[in-house]
Amino acid sequence: MTNQNNFITSNKSSWCPGCSNFSIKAALVRTFSELNLEPHKIAMVFDIGCAGNSCILYNTYGFHGLHGRTIPVAVGAKMANKSLTVIGIAGDGGAYGEGLNHLSEASRSNYDITFIVSNNFLYSLTTGQASPTSEKGTKTKSTPEGVQKEGLNPLLIALSAGASFVARGYADEVKHLSEIFKEAIKHKGFSLIDVLQPCITLDKKNTREWYKNRIYMLDKNWPVKERNKAMVKVQEWGDRIPIGIFFKEEE
Amino acid sequence: MWTIFKFVVKIRNQILNMKQENFFTWKIGGEAGQGQQIAGLILGKTCLSNNLFSFIYSEYPSRLRGGLVTNQVCISDKPVNSISRKIDFLFVLSQFALEQSKNDLADNALVFYDSDRVKIDKIFKKVKFIPLPLRDLAKQNNINAFMLNSLILGISNVLFGFNIKLLEKSIKEVLKENNKSENLIKDNIRAAEIGYRYGCEKLKLKTFLKNKLDFEKNKRIILTGNEAIVRGAVLSNCGFYSAYPMTPASSILHILAKQAKRNKMAVNHSEDEIAAVNMAIGASWAGKRAMTGTSGGGIALMSEGINLAAMSETPLVIIDAQRPGPATGMATWTEQGDLQYLAKIGYGDFPKVILAPSDPEEAFYFTFLAFNLADIYQSPVFILTDKYVSESYKIISDFDLGKNRINRGKLLTEKQLLKIKDYKRYSFTKDGISPRSFPGQKKGIFLANGNEHNEYGFSIDGFSGEMRKKQMEKRHLKFKNIFKDLPKPKLFGAKKASLTLIGWGSVKGPVLEALGNLNKKVNYIHIPAFPLDVKTLSKLLKDVQRSVFIENNYKGQMADLVQEALGIKFKERLNKYDGRQFFPEEIIEEIRNKF
Repeated sequence: MTNQNNFITSNKSSWCPGCSNFSIKAALVRTFSELNLEPHKIAMVFDIGCAGNSCILYNTYGFHGLHGRTIPVAVGAKMANKSLTVIGIAGDGGAYGEGLNHLSEASRSNYDITFIVSNNFLYSLTTGQASPTSEKGTKTKSTPEGVQKEGLNPLLIALSAGASFVARGYADEVKHLSEIFKEAIKHKGFSLIDVLQPCITLDKKNTREWYKNRIYMLDKNWPVKERNKAMVKVQEWGDRIPIGIFFKEEE
Repeated sequence: MWTIFKFVVKIRNQILNMKQENFFTWKIGGEAGQGQQIAGLILGKTCLSNNLFSFIYSEYPSRLRGGLVTNQVCISDKPVNSISRKIDFLFVLSQFALEQSKNDLADNALVFYDSDRVKIDKIFKKVKFIPLPLRDLAKQNNINAFMLNSLILGISNVLFGFNIKLLEKSIKEVLKENNKSENLIKDNIRAAEIGYRYGCEKLKLKTFLKNKLDFEKNKRIILTGNEAIVRGAVLSNCGFYSAYPMTPASSILHILAKQAKRNKMAVNHSEDEIAAVNMAIGASWAGKRAMTGTSGGGIALMSEGINLAAMSETPLVIIDAQRPGPATGMATWTEQGDLQYLAKIGYGDFPKVILAPSDPEEAFYFTFLAFNLADIYQSPVFILTDKYVSESYKIISDFDLGKNRINRGKLLTEKQLLKIKDYKRYSFTKDGISPRSFPGQKKGIFLANGNEHNEYGFSIDGFSGEMRKKQMEKRHLKFKNIFKDLPKPKLFGAKKASLTLIGWGSVKGPVLEALGNLNKKVNYIHIPAFPLDVKTLSKLLKDVQRSVFIENNYKGQMADLVQEALGIKFKERLNKYDGRQFFPEEIIEEIRNKF
């Protein structure tokens, strides 16, 4: 296990105090360390938004690109140098709104990259508009009458497009999240990890309290190789919300 | 009024009938799927093995069957710079093909027509019509109906007096490249032989071309602009190409994909142009030389990515093979309508570098140069072609890189990085260019950033006016001395002339052909690159008495850019924007009538 400090810079984050992105970062740094990765062999690509603003915090090679275009930059880097560990960091806006086309393509193509999405059901950095994952009826700055569309289920999209590794984590379950990250990075192929994270500043509904009573971890005996079962399970939402690796398929 | 009209017609005919010695234009027209393109290519390639010159040009609709597809080949014992309009030998497989070409026939032209499908009316004079009972001929000799083009090649071979073995060699080569089976190749060769015998014995055709066959040692090649770009990219050690298909850039993707393993190049047909450009940026960041290619519509989608390459100072080569716009425009035709778009692309301020090759030869050297420029200046670099350059074949001298070498600019090695104490990717230097590392290298860790950043690449948080100003100035300083590396504007023809044509890109070919046929003192200034080399241009323009900007677009985009740069007005302009390039005959006619 390498020192976790090897993977972080001395820069200060721009996040709100207590932001759940801190936990996601902590989980990832822990993963790097436990996998004994070398910082110069890690290539991280960052989207625009709160999640992408972690670009200044990691002491690895990084590319802070355009909104929604994290996957293509990551894919290009991986195709250019297969020995790199390539990780994409995005929020629900970039990953599931602006860049959804790239998510379905990456799922189909099975490029060997790990895609981590901080999903807070909101556009937060732009002060709180609806995101593709916002639940129908949610009132936001851009939808004062409530969102008129169905919330999008990114895991279902990835599964139906053929993704070979699909997981959901919860930001505050750092150890569990780090285990998912570890499996995802080791996985040879495209992996999507949708990380539920309460936006503590703007979201009054999906709060830490709200999640705490609903989140549960998938059973150890969950049939991880069965895509159809995974497609049903990822739709479970409401009083109980499962987290863990829903589907994993080795080539 | 009538006399003026007659006068114009007379002049037009004089021009059209100007006969260059040993220069012939062969054309075939029919529906899509009848093999015109392959026939033209085989004929053009046969010229190569006969030590002649050819230029192959095709017109086709955006459909796979039906419509009108033509292929036109100019053949000469001297270099051919462009396609000419006037047709000496025409083969028509449909009525529409005849209608489309009948006004372009030279005096004493031979028109061979598919007698089952084409009817001849009486309006043609000075033209000899020769019926070809192609289907009967095929039936009698047990030849498949889709090999009629090989029959025609055999007949054509008589007109040019080629050794039939050399024609057969080309058939073999071209069909093999198109993955045709040995049996099919054999049958096509047999069809060509039958056509040849029919032309000699039944039609009793004479040979028009006087070919001395004095083989020089100079090795020549035949290829399109796109094929030349591919060769340039491969020799530049390009390691990554991503693109979404778009005519007329698609063949670059096709060839590179086919050769990917051999060239050790990652080639990717991406989900869209936005992905294509961002993937290429990712690959370049990771250390590989990277390229993407498209046409105007794709460039529009890529423009944000091109901005990202500029801001993050990531080397990138982008091909724009132009076609007429706006929007989907005319997919399979040509225009020079994207110049100003590229020259001013993107939001924010950053310098743009454009190389505009006029033919396959320049397409090769400019591609090699583009990769070096991208690496040296750590910047996006455009190669701007059009359908005419990208898809027309030309016989040229084989490429010779001479003293040209791959130059990766200030790309650091791991050894060099280990000696640097505090590595800053975007450090301030005298020439504005900072030493660059890439992922995988020890001690080179940095953040490539599309946000404004400090010397390490970390985003500026809050107002940091000084850093912003310095980074902005650095990104512009880089290009201060770029002119020493760019191809220079060049004068063609007499030093002093009463009329000077000024153009860029693909107009060069037809203009040079026209100059060779004008008695009048006309010369030509060619502009090969942007940003404009104001010094050289001013020098060249000093001696100009009267100038005409000639461009394959509506408003004269280069003329406007030169006006903007030099502060001189260019009022006289010759613009063509019907979807076709200029023909030399048109330029001659325009100059004689208007100037």
